[in-house]
Order: sequence, then structure tokens, then C-alpha cells
Amino acid sequence: MDIHEYQAKQLLAQFGVAVPPGVVVSTPEEASYAAIELGGARWAVKAQIHAGARGKAGGIRLCTSYREVRQAADDLLGKRLVTLQTGPEGQPVSRVYIESAAPFERELYLGYVLDRKAERVRVIGSQHGGMEIEEIVKTDPDAIMQVVVEPAVGLQAFEARELAFQLGLNGKQVQRAVETILGAYRAFRDCDASMLEINPLVVTKDDRVLALDAKMSFDDNALFRRQNIAAMYDATQQDPREAQAAEHNLNYIGLDGEIGCIVNGAGLAMATMDMIKHAGGSPANFLDVGGGASPERVATAFRLVLSDDKVRSVLVNIFAGINRCDWVAQGVVQACKETAIKVPLVVRLAGTNVEAGRKIIKESGISIISAETLGEAAAKAVAACRGNGISIKAAN
Amino acid sequence: MSILIDAKTPILVQGITSEKATFHTKEMIAVGSKVVAGVTPGKGGQTHCGVPVFNTVKEAVRDSGATTSIAFVAPAYAADAIMEAADAGIRLVCSITDGIPAQDMMRVKRYLKRYPKERRTMLVGPNCAGIISPGKAMLGIMPPHIYMRGSVGLISRSGTLGYEAASQMKALGIGISTSVGIGGDPINGSSFMDHLALFAEDDETEAVLIIGEIGGPQEAEAAAWVQANMTKPVVGFVAGLTAPKGRRMGHAGAIISATGDSAAEKAEIMRSYGLTVAPSPAEFGSTMAQVLSKGQARRISA
Repeated sequence: MDIHEYQAKQLLAQFGVAVPPGVVVSTPEEASYAAIELGGARWAVKAQIHAGARGKAGGIRLCTSYREVRQAADDLLGKRLVTLQTGPEGQPVSRVYIESAAPFERELYLGYVLDRKAERVRVIGSQHGGMEIEEIVKTDPDAIMQVVVEPAVGLQAFEARELAFQLGLNGKQVQRAVETILGAYRAFRDCDASMLEINPLVVTKDDRVLALDAKMSFDDNALFRRQNIAAMYDATQQDPREAQAAEHNLNYIGLDGEIGCIVNGAGLAMATMDMIKHAGGSPANFLDVGGGASPERVATAFRLVLSDDKVRSVLVNIFAGINRCDWVAQGVVQACKETAIKVPLVVRLAGTNVEAGRKIIKESGISIISAETLGEAAAKAVAACRGNGISIKAAN
Repeated sequence: MSILIDAKTPILVQGITSEKATFHTKEMIAVGSKVVAGVTPGKGGQTHCGVPVFNTVKEAVRDSGATTSIAFVAPAYAADAIMEAADAGIRLVCSITDGIPAQDMMRVKRYLKRYPKERRTMLVGPNCAGIISPGKAMLGIMPPHIYMRGSVGLISRSGTLGYEAASQMKALGIGISTSVGIGGDPINGSSFMDHLALFAEDDETEAVLIIGEIGGPQEAEAAAWVQANMTKPVVGFVAGLTAPKGRRMGHAGAIISATGDSAAEKAEIMRSYGLTVAPSPAEFGSTMAQVLSKGQARRISA
């Protein structure tokens, strides 16, 4: 799960990370009041969306008067911001963050990730802040400093200090950077983050070390014990169908293709999409209905897949282990009756109680194209999609 | 032989009294698994599914002689259950649970390393379907009837895709020595490589099929290991060719976030290390059949 910049900064501040003073607002009026309240003569007005590359897309405006702040907020609020990291439709801006813009001398990079190979938290630092880490890796890999944290004891002060010196800091800056590096680590660990990026971490003329931008993602599997993080969930930043699927505990990811997929198991769901591509078609979505697919769950999955108007045929592929094919078949039949499906439907059932499942499909009277194998199912779904649903009976 | 489990392996079920564990314990017993004990804290002294229930894994190991465990434990307590098994001297623990926090797994992996190699516990999973040595024993939640006893070792991240492969092979008369699900989490217990090493030494296993997916370095590491160490043929496949970058495809670990994470890259790496890559997920069975017949031809001519 992702959160907004202002939320990440509020969280980091609680762990001792220094951040510039800022106020989050949702109207232009509030924006100018926020600037007055913050004081000073320069402010940044920053669109709050769950995506980076906002600066280049005009999502971050530097302002030098209250009027400009108000205008910038007015320009951004209620719009959809398209950046290099969003889709072509962009993300809706319902809040902007007004921040005191302090002049700074240096821009650094500080990041934390869960390293799958090391199976530990990896801290990454670089003197080249303000650009993407992938870019730094390409242009100047030697400028990247790394610490792999021993999970039994956590990040140590000396490790943070070494990193601070490697970042070229001196004098008072060092202790301040150590507090930030350790504080951000504790935030990462104690909130079950999966990614934390402070880019840039800036050094001001008066030797302060500030998180100028902050991005955090969290482990979905740990949200049950991080209620404060779970409460920051913002459904408006998600694809509406994906948000709806999440409400029903279904794993759905929308894609650009024409064949809707309803599958049990993540691996089989991916393989089904691959098989559709192999057969010359393109999948409209990833959807894992999970282990205990009740008729209701299958019906919900159908509604979700069919709400995508690009879908020209639907492929149901169930390999029942804990599931039973007869239950799934009942769900398919129930969903067909409820949702008035207008596109051809291909169903492939295998595994536990497969004969009973096939019988239910056959006797339902609904025009369903049956397939026995994965290859056959994909080929039939692609053919049905091309035939635009005219020759369902012939294809069967 | 087979790897990891057979009909003689004494099995302990952690969390045995839950509805889910009860169902699967009965299934395991029905196919011949030697289940000897269960553990549910607070229910020690009872009998469940015909075996004694203990409060702690230590007591269960002492009284029943269990060497292997399967844990049906909710995500919040799953890491604790794995560490308890390791501390009690269990040699192999299989964790079915989907949804364990990644940082818990990080601690589990660190904890397992506190024991010397000779007595270190092997973890299979989490978020997996378990292990089956067809005709001998099952330590998992798979439908046993789709597996035929034979000579192919199967290692898969995904449960259902492993079922798909097993049934495609069965349809062609190809059986399995042991099938292992290593799970779909970003930080998991044993890897493809760990089990390949066991299959390499197993008399009954003639060839191995490994089914990976997007995300993580384990498929590439396994492929390199195969070229350096393995004489038996290995067929590979990586699911998720059509998966978009940066999106989590159901499994917590199935996400393309770094170079080498994509299905196309991993399949290419497998090919470059001499593995035979199945052209599509509908061709696990036929690809393995070809590889096996070539192997036979080679043996006859030699």
C-alpha cells in the first residue's frame, strides 16, 4: 500500500526525521491561509498523488506570494495529474501540500528497501540526490553507498555515521544526518514498510538536514497490525475496479486486452494470461479468485470482469485443489443468470469433482463453451473473441 | 526414494484443531502420511484426527518422535510457529500460510541460521501447497489424485500451476517422485536450488521440472546451479510474460521491480544455462516427455 508525501512526512517526523514545515489543504482558500500560517516568503505547492515525477509534470509549483499559492492550488486541485509514472489518465489531485521552501545547498539520496536476495533491509545512500536511483545506478554506480542491516540488532549508529561521512557531510550536519538515517530506519521497521525513499535529502545553508520529498510503501500482509497505516489508504488513487476488487478480497489488475480472465491461484492466473498471448490474443485482466471460491465470490468476479467494456470474451480457468469444481460451476451458472453476460464464455474446469462440475455446466442450458485443457481453453477464448460472439454454438 | 518425505516420515500438525487443519490432516492420513501428533496451545491432552494433541512442539517431539511438521497457523502467528518448530529440533517444516509479513519472514530466516548446519531446519513455503511424494506421503493441501508416482521431480512457486503441470504429465503417463511447492512470497524458506540439490542425489528422480514466476533472483540462481552441478535434465518455465512492471500479481513476491525480474529475462537466463524451457504453460507435459525420451535414447546409445 502506498501513502501520500504529506503522510510519509508526518510519519517520519514522529521518528525524529527533520522535515520542512508544511500544511495539507484541499481548497485554494485553505492554501493561502496555510502560506500565511507558515510564514516566510517562498512556498512549494505540491500535488498529492501516489506517483513520482511530479515536478516535471507541473505538479510542484514554487510560489513567492499568497496569491500565487492560491492560484497554484486552484490550478492543481480537482485535476488529474499525468506524470511519467502514472498511466495516461493520470491520478486525481484532491489535496495539495503547502510547504516552506527553504533554500538548500546540496541534494542527497537516502532509500530503504526490503532486499529479496539478502533477505534483509538494505539502506542506500548517494551524493546525487534529486534524480531517480535507477539513473544514478546507470550513470555513476560507484557513487552509491549501501548498508545491509542485520535484522537481529537493527541499524547501528556507527553504520549511520559511516554513511553520513560517505555522503560528504561534516560538522553539525553529521549528527543531524545520523538522526535522520536511524529515525527513517525505525519508521521503516516499526511500520512494516517495504520501501522508503527520501529524495532529495537536502542540506541547508545553516547545516540543517531535511527530507524534502518522501515516498513510502507498506507490506500489505502487515497492515492487520498497523492500523494507523491502514487508515491512510486512499481509494481515489487506485483504479476503481481494483479498489472494488480489494473490497471483496479479490486480486484484480486491469490490463489493456480483450479477454477477461477468472482463475484460481496467482501462478495459474499468470499462466492463463501467458497462454492467451501465446494463442494470439490479449488478456484484459489478472484475476485470482483464491482458494475458497464460493458461488458468491465467482459471481462478484464476473461482475468485475464484465464491467470492463473492452472485454470481448471471458475465460474461466479453475484447477480445483481445496476448491471443488461443482461449487465453481454453480457460481458460474449463478453469475450468468444474474449478470446477463453478452460475450462468449469459455469455461475450463479441472481437479477435484471435475465430472460433477462439467455436468452442472452442461445441464444449465446456458451457452457456455467448454474446454478440457489450458491450451484448448485459451485457443477457444481467442477464437470466440475474434468471432465477436456470433458463433458460440458452432465453437462448442 | 523420493525427497523430503516418504511413508515412514513421522509428521506433526501445528494448529491441528482448526477446521482447515482437520480437513487436510484427514486427507494426508488417507493417502498414507504417518501423522503422529498435533499441537494446539491450550488443547494438550486431547485426541484429534486419531492422534494426541500437545501444548508445545517440544512436548510433541519428545513424546511422538515427529521429525517433520506442517503448520496451519494464521499469518500473525505463523512466524512464531515456524521458529518454535525449529527450536524443538524439527528437521523440515512446511508453512502453508498466505499473508505472513515480510519482516517476520526476515526474522525467521535469521533465526533458522542460529543453528549449526547439521541440525538446521529446512523451511518449505510459506504461501505454498506443500509437498507430495505420490503413493507414499503428502505434507500439504494439494488434490492427491492428480499426481502419479514416477520419476520426475517437480518444484513450483505456485500451487495451482504445479497442479496443472502434474496433471499434464499424468495425462501422458509421466509420474512424479516428489513435488515441492516453495511458495509465492518475496522472502521464503527453501529455494529451487535447495530442492534441485536433493533431486540431483535422488535415485528415483530422472529429470526435474521447475516452475517459477516473475520477481526475485531464485530462478536465475537455480539455473546457474543446474549448469554447474546437475547431470539430470531440467525443464523450466517462468509465468508472467504478460505481467506489467511494478504490479503485484496476486502473490506477494510476484512483482517486476528490478532488472532480471521479468519472465522473459528469467526464461532467457534458464536457456543460457542449458535448461529446456517449456514454450507455454500448456506444454509442461509434452516438453518433459521429449526431454525424457531424449534421455532414454542417450542412455541406450551409451
